[in-house]
Amino acid sequence: MNPGRIFAVVVRQFYLLRGSPVRLLPMIAWVAIDMVLWGFLSRYLTELTGARFNFTAALLGAVLLWDFLTRVMQGVTTAFFEDVWSRNFLNLFATPLTVLEYLTGLVITGVLTSLLGLIAMLTLATTVFGLSFFVYGAALLPFVFVLFLSGITLGILGTAIVLRFGPASEWLIWPIPSVISPFVGVFYPLATLPLWMQAIGRALPPSYVFDAMRHILAGQGPDWGQLAMAAGLIVIYLVAAFLIFAGVYRYAMRTGLIARYSAETAG
Amino acid sequence: MTDAPVLTVSNLRKTFGDFVAVDGVSFEVRPGEIVGLVGPNGAGKTTTISMVLGVLRPSTGEVRINGVDLFKQRGKALCHTNFGTAYAPLPGNLTVEQNLRVFGLIYGVKKLQARIEQLLADYDLLHHRKTKAGLLSSGEQTRVTLAKAMLNHPKLLLLDEPTASIDPATARDIRTRIVAAAAADRCGVLWTSHNMYEVSEVCDRVLFLSRGKILMQGEPEALVREHGAATLEDLFIEVAHESLTDGSHAA
Repeated sequence: MNPGRIFAVVVRQFYLLRGSPVRLLPMIAWVAIDMVLWGFLSRYLTELTGARFNFTAALLGAVLLWDFLTRVMQGVTTAFFEDVWSRNFLNLFATPLTVLEYLTGLVITGVLTSLLGLIAMLTLATTVFGLSFFVYGAALLPFVFVLFLSGITLGILGTAIVLRFGPASEWLIWPIPSVISPFVGVFYPLATLPLWMQAIGRALPPSYVFDAMRHILAGQGPDWGQLAMAAGLIVIYLVAAFLIFAGVYRYAMRTGLIARYSAETAG
Repeated sequence: MTDAPVLTVSNLRKTFGDFVAVDGVSFEVRPGEIVGLVGPNGAGKTTTISMVLGVLRPSTGEVRINGVDLFKQRGKALCHTNFGTAYAPLPGNLTVEQNLRVFGLIYGVKKLQARIEQLLADYDLLHHRKTKAGLLSSGEQTRVTLAKAMLNHPKLLLLDEPTASIDPATARDIRTRIVAAAAADRCGVLWTSHNMYEVSEVCDRVLFLSRGKILMQGEPEALVREHGAATLEDLFIEVAHESLTDGSHAA
């Protein structure tokens, strides 16, 4: 891999953000709205139950973690969509840039942009709603890393779908986190779900993260077996997502999709 | 200085299902040579160019750029090329200078800032360096595309209708710049165009493509003479008409 070429992919996104600060707004605004909405709901529920349960930590913390995964995913896919929207595929892929360098550049961009959202979320959650991350402890950090990798995995999968099915399939990508969220038990234990949904949930690494969060809040400490399961699954999915992207890229090279998308808008 | 070909295309064939888009095409481009690739719509020009650009895999055949097999050592081969087409403008939401920097980084251009300054001056873009590329006129955008195409001093330059959609004066200016740059760097050029006047003016050699095959090739004036046509355009129309009606033409 050539670091200069990876840097070029990141620099392109930096120029876009610097040239049009409006692009920063969705990275911060939506998560801020979520924090406000769920922050007040948590506060209301805490008052209603006489503070017998820490709703702020359970609900607001869960929303924050889920939004973090969503932002990481959208950071990767949005960077890719910028090339779709500006019909830049031909310009990029007729250069020495490799698909691995391109993907790495997208992932770095996704990480950097999602950090902005994370900072906004943490600021609001701690200063306005008094969410203290000390209640989770450092044990949650490796689980958060699993969420981070989950976001990257979904981002790569999303870009593969758009590369395979064309610019118009972009609308399939945005709702992916919303479709997954009921299965991973963001707000409730998997046991709440019907068996078929539980089976799907157990195959998704974020389920173990939210379970671990609830374990910690209940004073039971983290379940390291769950962490091992989540880590194993996400490594498999991450490798699979990259292989899928590489396969789709080879398909696009065989069928001429890259040249075609350069002449096609998301109509 | 070597005269080994900068581009060698051997028995290139591309099929999409039962449809044969390119059928056993072979040709070479030598350093400093400008080769025109012409033919009617659907002849296989864009498919051929896409394969030489490395964005479309051939069904069979080989493309060598500066002696390097494009589909075995893609990165190494594409370091020696660049391209410009009116149909793939650079991202309009980046400024001229930002576009040149991004692509300069991708091509690993040494002393990039100095190279950018030189190209901005060469292509009369100094006043537009901070302008978003999408806000420029067609002619200015073509100049930006060409500046990008020259960033890495390519040994092979692929130009797909570089003067499409621009006025005759600007088109002549652009042709002059390309010919001068090709001569200065002894860069081989593969140039597709539907403008036969342009092809006659700039190309050392012309390849007539029809139904995925090269029907004839040679120097523009010699081809016109040999086939008893008044101009290259007349010859083009004759060949295109014959290939459409009977599907064959003797070279």
